[in-house]
Amino acid sequence: MSNQDLATGDIVEYLRAHRHMSLLRFITCGSVDDGKSTLIGRLLYEAKSLFEDQLAALEADSRKVGTQGDDLDFALLVDGLSAEREQGITIDVAYRFFATEKRKFIVADTPGHEQYTRNMVTGASNADLAVILIDARQGVLTQTRRHSFLVSLLGIRQLVVAVNKMDLVEFSQARFDAIVADYRAFAERIGIAEFTAIPVSALRGDNVTMRSAAMPWYTGASLLEHLEAVEVSRLDAGDSALRIPVQWVNRPNQDFRGFAGTVVSGEVTVGDRLRVQPSGRESTVRRIMTHDGDLPRAVAGQAITVVLEDEVDVSRGDVLSRADAPAEVADQFETTIVWMHDEPLLPGRPYLLKLGAKTVSASITDIKYKIQINTLEHLAAKSLALNEIAVCNVSLDRPIAFDPYHVNRDTGGFILIDRIENHTLGAGLIHFALRRAHNIHVQPVDVNKEARALQKAQRPCVIWFTGLSGAGKSTLANGLERHLHAAGRHTYLLDGDNVRHGLNRDLGFTEADRVENIRRVAEVAKLMVDAGLIVITAFISPFRAERHLAREMLAEGEFIEVFVDVPLAVAEARDPKGLYRKARRGELANFTGIDSPYEPPEAPEVIVRTDAGSAEENLASLVERLRALGIG
Amino acid sequence: MAGSPDLTHLQQLEAESIHIMREVVAEADNPVMLYSIGKDSAVMLHLAMKAFHPAVPPFPLLHVDTIWKFRAMYAFRDAMAKTVGMELIVHTNAEGLAMGVNPFTHGSAVHTDIMKTQALKQALDRHKFDVAFGGARRDEEKSRAKERIFSFRTAQHRWDPKNQRPELWRLYNARKRPGESIRAFPLSNWTELDIWQYIHVENIPIVPLYLAAERPVVERNGTLIMVDDDRMPLEPGERPQMRKVRFRTLGCYPLTGAIESQADTVPEIIREMLLARTSERQGRVIDHDSTGSMEKKKQEGYF
Repeated sequence: MSNQDLATGDIVEYLRAHRHMSLLRFITCGSVDDGKSTLIGRLLYEAKSLFEDQLAALEADSRKVGTQGDDLDFALLVDGLSAEREQGITIDVAYRFFATEKRKFIVADTPGHEQYTRNMVTGASNADLAVILIDARQGVLTQTRRHSFLVSLLGIRQLVVAVNKMDLVEFSQARFDAIVADYRAFAERIGIAEFTAIPVSALRGDNVTMRSAAMPWYTGASLLEHLEAVEVSRLDAGDSALRIPVQWVNRPNQDFRGFAGTVVSGEVTVGDRLRVQPSGRESTVRRIMTHDGDLPRAVAGQAITVVLEDEVDVSRGDVLSRADAPAEVADQFETTIVWMHDEPLLPGRPYLLKLGAKTVSASITDIKYKIQINTLEHLAAKSLALNEIAVCNVSLDRPIAFDPYHVNRDTGGFILIDRIENHTLGAGLIHFALRRAHNIHVQPVDVNKEARALQKAQRPCVIWFTGLSGAGKSTLANGLERHLHAAGRHTYLLDGDNVRHGLNRDLGFTEADRVENIRRVAEVAKLMVDAGLIVITAFISPFRAERHLAREMLAEGEFIEVFVDVPLAVAEARDPKGLYRKARRGELANFTGIDSPYEPPEAPEVIVRTDAGSAEENLASLVERLRALGIG
Repeated sequence: MAGSPDLTHLQQLEAESIHIMREVVAEADNPVMLYSIGKDSAVMLHLAMKAFHPAVPPFPLLHVDTIWKFRAMYAFRDAMAKTVGMELIVHTNAEGLAMGVNPFTHGSAVHTDIMKTQALKQALDRHKFDVAFGGARRDEEKSRAKERIFSFRTAQHRWDPKNQRPELWRLYNARKRPGESIRAFPLSNWTELDIWQYIHVENIPIVPLYLAAERPVVERNGTLIMVDDDRMPLEPGERPQMRKVRFRTLGCYPLTGAIESQADTVPEIIREMLLARTSERQGRVIDHDSTGSMEKKKQEGYF
């Protein structure tokens, strides 16, 4: 409707027509200076999604800090944060909105520079289409390959390659064709079968909203025409299997129990036989409720509340599927992980994994290989740094319902969360289950932990010493074992040195190896507790996350954390093995307290200050504290 | 990915907002909904009623009251709270009140800081709310465009734009330590036009000030300010005139500019909006203090 029609026409009729518009979410990506912000600014301008005051601000800003002389600098519309204005680059994901007569659009402007790959993955995760910008003067760059790989990895089926700045290469068809051929060669290698290439000049507006007179050799649609017309093939369309991750159990009173969630794929009809996963219980749909009344059927994208015929147990995180097409259930997967945090990914370290509405405990059991995105090479890796991508095996503490990511984004995509700091650390895509969890049975044994403990007349547990090198852990642990042994207890002391000479001789002192060292010690200690022993461990064990892991492996009250606390200066002055001196001379890397951090416990069961009192006094007070805890 | 092509864009936006609200309620210890009485709050409250039906939304409403809202807003607020059956908490910064802070003598910056930003922090701390729903939209302003849906705040309520959690798919990380909090924005992906279309389609009640009527106004620095009560000091020679005006946004009346308009129905508002080319926050004086002012306020804890 033109402005004239709008001014005089029937507004109610107009609104009725506009209620049925579709929505397209897309991302733009490209290298720094490819002109992404300019392109989005141009689309907003041409789609008349700018208001007078925004235009006035743009004109003022263009004069003040613009880079386009007397012309409007569209990049200034999109580069929001003040920090970015100074740097002249986009540093985070920004969402923009515009509408034409045919469609509504949400565009994620994602950054081009290398260290911000995580933002691009974030923007791509919700996009139906990606626009990849290539500077006509530069051609296909490393960044172009990186972004294309990510777009393909995240399952975006629709791809537009916009060759920008055509005005700077005299609108040359030969240049355009060469870039497209170059891109096609790369795209085929990463499994991108189809893409649409459009020659544009975002700055001048050629082929952005209108076909360009400067490029008569190009006969395809302009970028906006393409965006308006493109059919979006969705993973979650009606022919895919029903999945409803249950977000919240609605229980306003004793008589009502509904399961609230979004239909993420497929459709559900009253009377459908559903399976609750992972438990496997089944029931039938009695009602599909919304605030606007009950529905006979709900489709992907709708947020509903399901009421079942039977009183089956359903809780947050469960997945409702049709009984004849259920999700898979497993606790170990092969996945691709994109790491998004400064703290490296370390195999063995416990993380939280959130998939759908379910949060479980997880660890990476194996980094199979890291993917060098620029060359697509596979590289061996022991850890992953920010923006690195790898194929990894993941193990969970319990089975969950899932689908492979390429089948369903919502039941196949997950995030990893730091257990202590709560940061979102990375994103993962499930490939397949490594084995089916329902085939694993815990071997039942007749002689169990309780029986073995009873025979020894003691309470098995782990007394876990932690502290800096030279704090006095081994001395105290040794003294404690002597004391317990004399009292007739069955004990075993796991010490850094005896373990590193045998079980862990393949491990060094990098952060990744230290995590694995402690994980193995925790597993051994757990077996020994099961055998009925009082286990004493004496390791620096500098990271909270691994001590937390050890604690979680054991039953309540079986893990006694003893923090042997001395100031670094005291430990360094003692230096019983001469290690601090070596570390200070730079001969020993990754030494705790010098160039590797020590994270003190937040709530240890016992704290011993060894810089006060004699060794005997310290041991006596420790024994007393343990007795108070029922140990000894 | 928001859904099947069968759904209209408004249905998709509605479902996304409901999904976000349910995530918050499932993961928060003590959530609250910031209720500012405006049109965005009206839509947010309407969506909450849908998200938790047949239950009443399991959280209270919080109105941070600067005592300078339009009288029609207070009347509307109290009536709405009664209709929906939710608890309404009204908080005013008592120290600010005692100091007599007001927009006329202290200016918009000081007034907003003390009576809005500081007051909001006080209320969240006092009631130990760990997640607060806000009606902010990404299309409102440049720095909002980069805001996450779950926006993490430190124990001091600060927003660090460089240290936000990545948000992928429909997965939101709502975990935090004691004292830390999250602002959740279920309307992030709505535009001003979407809001009005939805109000029209769903017949959502709004404060009558949004609709054009004859009102007493004075013109100051090119902005029409409504004389809502006798607390407003008039300049020498200034005399309120009756003009047919409406408001595009509602805040403190001395800080909210009116526009001359004939639009006295929601469809007419939409018609004016589509024809006019002035963006929404321009009516609010607080954004004009300096460049990047919204971003600065957000870092300090303003919604």
